[in-house]
Amino acid sequence: MTLLITVFAAVIATVKWYTRKDDSMKLGILCFLYWGASIMWFVDAIFEYVELQAEYFTPALEDMANDAFLGLSVVALGLVIWIVRLLVTDPRGAVRAALTKKEA
Amino acid sequence: MACFLVSVTEAVVVTAAEKAEEKREHSAAATVEGKEAQVSIPLSRKLKWLTWMLWGGAVLLAFEHIWHGEVVMWFPFLTAMSDPADMAEMFHEMATVGVCMAVLVTAVWAVMCKVADSIVKRPAAENKQHAAA
Repeated sequence: MTLLITVFAAVIATVKWYTRKDDSMKLGILCFLYWGASIMWFVDAIFEYVELQAEYFTPALEDMANDAFLGLSVVALGLVIWIVRLLVTDPRGAVRAALTKKEA
Repeated sequence: MACFLVSVTEAVVVTAAEKAEEKREHSAAATVEGKEAQVSIPLSRKLKWLTWMLWGGAVLLAFEHIWHGEVVMWFPFLTAMSDPADMAEMFHEMATVGVCMAVLVTAVWAVMCKVADSIVKRPAAENKQHAAA
């Protein structure tokens, strides 16, 4: 479930990156983040499948819910890393403009 | 258990290589300034893709290990380190799952670089033909 959610996040991020108008949102970083994690979880899934065989595809409902919750948390963490980096690097200069703006 | 540590190690090495390559490219660009620019993707940029995949994957995987209680905030940080049997299992997992993760990420990156190079070298007209098809 974690792998599935991360793969979906990676695909959505990649589609957003491909259809972007400019590179100021630095979506490429988000793509690499999710694809890297997806590949790693894919390897983990293969090893788990080798160990559990068909049982791998019939997880308990509680395990599935926990994995889904973990997957969503992983996606959220990826988004937090990306947004923090975006604000720190400030490619559009929006943060700098906001900070240097004089109060009326 | 600690399979992400293999990717972290590779990420550290690749980051260092990327920084060195970037420095080398900057000095090389200064010496050949004015000459015709070559249409190709610099190695430092390609290495940056790999570092992002490795660091990103390792950080998100480390989060999963914290989630499952395999990584803790106090010394020795890995719960498997407290028991010799668990330690042996951890090293075995690092040598199998961890190494496979790092190898597959690197292999995917290598294929990605090949594809990116062929896209860059492809004439612009051909790109439009692909889009129309």
